[in-house]
Amino acid sequence: MAITEQGTTYEAPGQIGSPVTLHDRYENYIGGAWTQPTTGRYRGNPTPSTGETFCEVASSGAADIELALDAAHAAKAAWGAKSPTERAAVLDAIADAIDANREMLAVAESYENGKPVRETLNADIPLAADHFRYFAGAVRAEEGRISEIDDQTYAYHFHEPLGVVGQIIPFNFPLLMAAWKLAPALAAGNCSVLKPASPTPWSILKLAEVIGDVIPPGVLNIVNGPGAEIGRALASNQRIAKIAFTGETVTGRLIMSYAAQNLIPSTTELGGKSPNIFFADVLASDDDFLDKAIEGLVLYAFNKGEVCTCPSRALIQESIYDEFMGRCLERIEAIKQGDPLDLATMIGPQVSTAQREKIEGYVQIGRDEGAEVLIGGGRPLMEDRLAGGYYFEPTVLKGHNKMRVFQEEIFGPVLAVTTFKDEAEALEIANDTMYGLGAGVWTRDGSRAFRMGRAIQAGRVWTNCYHQYPAHAAFGGYKSSGVGRENHRMMLEHYSQTKCLLVSYDPKPMGFF
Amino acid sequence: MTATPAALEVITRLEAAHGPLVFFQSGGCCEGTAPMCLSEGELAAGPRDRYLGSLAGQPFFIGSDQDDRWGRPTFVVDIRPGAAEGFSLEGLSEDVHFVTRTVSPSSAGR
Repeated sequence: MAITEQGTTYEAPGQIGSPVTLHDRYENYIGGAWTQPTTGRYRGNPTPSTGETFCEVASSGAADIELALDAAHAAKAAWGAKSPTERAAVLDAIADAIDANREMLAVAESYENGKPVRETLNADIPLAADHFRYFAGAVRAEEGRISEIDDQTYAYHFHEPLGVVGQIIPFNFPLLMAAWKLAPALAAGNCSVLKPASPTPWSILKLAEVIGDVIPPGVLNIVNGPGAEIGRALASNQRIAKIAFTGETVTGRLIMSYAAQNLIPSTTELGGKSPNIFFADVLASDDDFLDKAIEGLVLYAFNKGEVCTCPSRALIQESIYDEFMGRCLERIEAIKQGDPLDLATMIGPQVSTAQREKIEGYVQIGRDEGAEVLIGGGRPLMEDRLAGGYYFEPTVLKGHNKMRVFQEEIFGPVLAVTTFKDEAEALEIANDTMYGLGAGVWTRDGSRAFRMGRAIQAGRVWTNCYHQYPAHAAFGGYKSSGVGRENHRMMLEHYSQTKCLLVSYDPKPMGFF
Repeated sequence: MTATPAALEVITRLEAAHGPLVFFQSGGCCEGTAPMCLSEGELAAGPRDRYLGSLAGQPFFIGSDQDDRWGRPTFVVDIRPGAAEGFSLEGLSEDVHFVTRTVSPSSAGR
């Protein structure tokens, strides 16, 4: 979809003219009903665009996770027994509801997270709907396999739901990441207890408002509260059959160790430090492809850099560095920062003060290490109410790959750029990292693109593109970036048990006894 | 490795509430640079973890590869306003969260 350049700004949720209605207080969504937290506690939820609290959200305890699990277990037999056709119809209805409420959800997501509304309108929300539609189609096309062991013996393989799964969502794409996890889980016949991230507890409740009447009660349950309490209570619970988590590495290990204690599967997606590699031939012609490659570098600022696959290390062949980087810096200079609800805004605020402080700390580390600040590097001067928001300038640091700003995930709009001499050095730098989630390769030479793509140790290598997340493409990490995959119909297997019926049609005994 | 007096106070409070603790330096996405405070025994240190010292008697570990890539700096644990966003135990009761600051060996003499 084309990006429009209108200068209009959406009214904030709850204001006259806003597509988003707003209550003062939001409860948990359990068993198809709004449910007060047993703690009786609520927490103020600020918008990062101004720092002002706009609603209260439940601050639940472990007992609320148990209530959600009760509801999910009560629903699982009926939901798991529904035919793929019936489950697909529910997923399609969810997708239809998301599409029908695209503007409302886009504004809610933008206001709570700080991401520009033109991203949520054109990417997050339509993609979320598409993931439900994709898995609705995939589950209807799913079939078991038959192995002919011999002419009298057959192994029939069936997919069965796991039951009730726990899903912990990150703050960077609250609705889209929920869709990534929910769509395959529900399609495969599971019920979910979902914990949103602490900085973004609300937009998914707006989604629940519009899909509540198309999902059977208990199939989807949403509980908000501190990760330290309810994240633990969910991930370590004996009543879940799988745990899926997106976040940082120590909690990833914790999740896997809980799963080991309960002997259940887990999926962990733990971030990256993705290289984005530009070979000299991108400058061979001043054409659409060059324009696309420049945008490809500037995509580090997409979603203010709060993306696990943020292309946060740019590797540029040294023969084109000055000219190519010059063109990119012009494009970065033109990034419009401001109110995320303004359709013209390209970069909004970071999600929380803690995240912004972390980013500032890294830029200081980069300066101390001797990195050169090519652009940005600090807080922008914002006016009026936006002065209270958590904004940080799009920043580029030039240095080398051994610097910490090249090795650690900053999770902000901070690009670390360096140069390479030849293909071998590009590959060596690309792979010199603990992580292996994403990578980008830009070249007009198809053979080189293929060689690089196969040799880079990362789960997703975008080739002459970046930041595309279609449902029909597997996503996940190598090395410390986690274990498991998301997206693609292979997820139906990750959310299923395999039942093998081994059947003999031979009337004769085996003859051992 | 050290902690600021304010961080030590929080650690002492958390130990009184939850018993012995253990810290692991995190990495990766979201709250990825945070030092994670867990109950002792909740996550076993493995062969890839390096013991860096203790804070108010509570051990602190980091992945050895991560420590090497960070240049084996000196670690200082501090606190900042705002509740922890993730699993770290201070998120249960404190309205501050732990952060890690580092002093690289090359800049230590400045």
